[in-house]
Amino acid sequence: MDEKKIILEIQNLSVSFQQYDKGFGRTDLDVIRDLNVTINEGEMVAVVGSSGSGKSLLAHAVLGILPYNSVLGGTILYDGEELTQKRKEELRGNEIVLVPQSVAFLDPLMKIGPQIRKGKNDSESKRKLDRIFEGYHLKQEVQELYPFELSGGMNRRVLVSTAMMGNPRLVIADEPTPGLHMKMVRRVMSHFRELADQGAGVLLITHDLEQALEVADRVAVFYAGTTVEDADVKDFAREETLRHPYSKALWRALPQNGFQFISGTQPYVKELPKGCPFGPRCEYFCEACEREIPYREVRGGKVRCISAE
Amino acid sequence: MKQHLLFLTKQAVRMMLLLICVSIAAFFLVSLSPVDPLQANIGQAALGSMSQEQIAKLNEYWGVGQPAAERFLAWASDFFRGDMGLSLLYRRPVSEVIAVKFANSIWLLAIAWVISGAVGFCLGALAGMKQGTWVDKAIKGYSLVIASTPAFWLALVLLMVFAVWLKALPVGLSVPIGMEAAGVTFADRIRHAILPALTLSITGISNITLHTREKMIDIMESDYVLFARARGESGWSIFKNHGFRNVILPALTLQFASISEIFGGSVLVEEIFSYPGLGQAAVTAGIGSDVPLLLGITVISAAIVFGGNLIANMLYGIVDPRIRKGGAGL
Ligand SMILES: Nc1ncnc2c1ncn2[C@@H]1O[C@H](COP(=O)(O)OP(=O)(O)O)[C@@H](O)[C@H]1O
Ligand code: SF4
Ligand SMILES: [Mg+2]
Repeated sequence: MDEKKIILEIQNLSVSFQQYDKGFGRTDLDVIRDLNVTINEGEMVAVVGSSGSGKSLLAHAVLGILPYNSVLGGTILYDGEELTQKRKEELRGNEIVLVPQSVAFLDPLMKIGPQIRKGKNDSESKRKLDRIFEGYHLKQEVQELYPFELSGGMNRRVLVSTAMMGNPRLVIADEPTPGLHMKMVRRVMSHFRELADQGAGVLLITHDLEQALEVADRVAVFYAGTTVEDADVKDFAREETLRHPYSKALWRALPQNGFQFISGTQPYVKELPKGCPFGPRCEYFCEACEREIPYREVRGGKVRCISAE
Repeated sequence: MKQHLLFLTKQAVRMMLLLICVSIAAFFLVSLSPVDPLQANIGQAALGSMSQEQIAKLNEYWGVGQPAAERFLAWASDFFRGDMGLSLLYRRPVSEVIAVKFANSIWLLAIAWVISGAVGFCLGALAGMKQGTWVDKAIKGYSLVIASTPAFWLALVLLMVFAVWLKALPVGLSVPIGMEAAGVTFADRIRHAILPALTLSITGISNITLHTREKMIDIMESDYVLFARARGESGWSIFKNHGFRNVILPALTLQFASISEIFGGSVLVEEIFSYPGLGQAAVTAGIGSDVPLLLGITVISAAIVFGGNLIANMLYGIVDPRIRKGGAGL
């Protein structure tokens, strides 16, 4: 694979919330710890994790729209330069775009066309949107509709259109296909694939490994607020080529591999075990797993497990 | 169309029921009043010098001794035929008295209603957009203080400052004392309405401000504003595209619903400023046992308040596209 330019590099990202409990003073809730993801030009990286693991917070951290009571740690590099809050505010909506989960993220009282144009009425914005709609086979009349009038089929294309109003180099799609059938999922995913093929980096956030494997180039496996493995999609062809016990467990739970789910649930942030967060559910657990686990390279991918080789 | 007709019929029935209940309640409250209308309106001394016959006549005039239910039914049947009866105190038709008093009050009510609505909306929207900043804290603090200040106290403070110390505005009444009606100018009327209107506005503002602020905070925390931020919108753009659009509907509803509060407040404020409006007439009628006038005012006020709430409900159907186009409302 030839060296492509890195667009986004997230190093040891952490997001925590300050909470004030009655009588106990302040406690910090570390929802994300040691998250590492890299996205190259023209590449589609899927972040796969179960619900509540902090995936949306990752997206919000990159866009600079975290809630006020949160504290952001670690480093985010965009185009090799630190992505400060000021830079996030300059770039979001133009170079860095978010495709939200559903039309619930659209203003219910604003018509689609003006809303995608952010209220701009100049002829250039109008022409641009008309072209985008043509490209996605959306009728121009759709611009005159309110979000609640959209049909399920239009929803996705409208949401993707919002991203195209800028000049996206980094697209963050947060669970873009909830509750859709596979046929529809493929169609939506093809839009993102197209964007990646045109040179943008795409960060696909999903809880569905199967979907991720369909379209992504690389998969980052997310467990309890941490990336436990970063692997090429090819590595998911067989269990042996994967590195982390949790990734292997996800693999075994895929339909084609027999739906074998492991027991237990992801620990809640307040009750994290010492050392490896997967420890309590891991069959290879040993004493050393209670110490800090480094994120290291193994066979061309990355893994946060001491027994991987 | 059929839907709308059904809606209007339903509302008309509701209004009838409301007015019937309100008039019955008002009637029995005055008939339970311990005040003897003859003592109150004619005076002990005058009564003492009258013959039995004269007193019996007066008793009949003021309805003393007649069964309450009978009097009420007599009043109600006249009312349905469009006759609101004669005011016992003013000795003129109730409809005429109300028309004159209402013409005075409407200035006050309209000014207070518009000012409290406009200022309350702006302050509330600003505070909600800037939640947590000193601007928000100042506006919220001010509103809370005013909300817990009695209107009469505020009225007295304003009287002291503007009428007594600064002598900038008249102490009371709706027109200059001793002036011919024809000589009263528009400016005179405005000058006399300023203080009572100001009192009503200031008390009305805090309610509207606090409600608008709450709504605006909800909007700022919504997913669609989060997404708008993610798309690079901020400050004014967010207000113009999303904040205003979403807050104006609940604000308008609140504005029409607040007619009742302005009306209620006007009773007290008109009394304090000796402003000869509907509110003061209501107090006079109540104390003087002028039952026809009191009932007339009560029914008219209830109808206006009901009308305000009805408009508030209908606005939702007209302004909100989800209801207008979906046909789910009305
Ligand atoms: N404002 C907040 N205050 C405290 N905790 C929060 C807040 N927002 C999110 N969280 C916590 O962060 C966790 C991850 O949230 P989220 O990123 O939405 O998960 P995902 O998108 O993976 O389903 C949630 O389980 C929740 O407990
Ligand atoms: S570090 Fe230990 S507990 Fe964690 S996944 Fe590896 S073997 Fe299992
Ligand atoms: Mg999420």
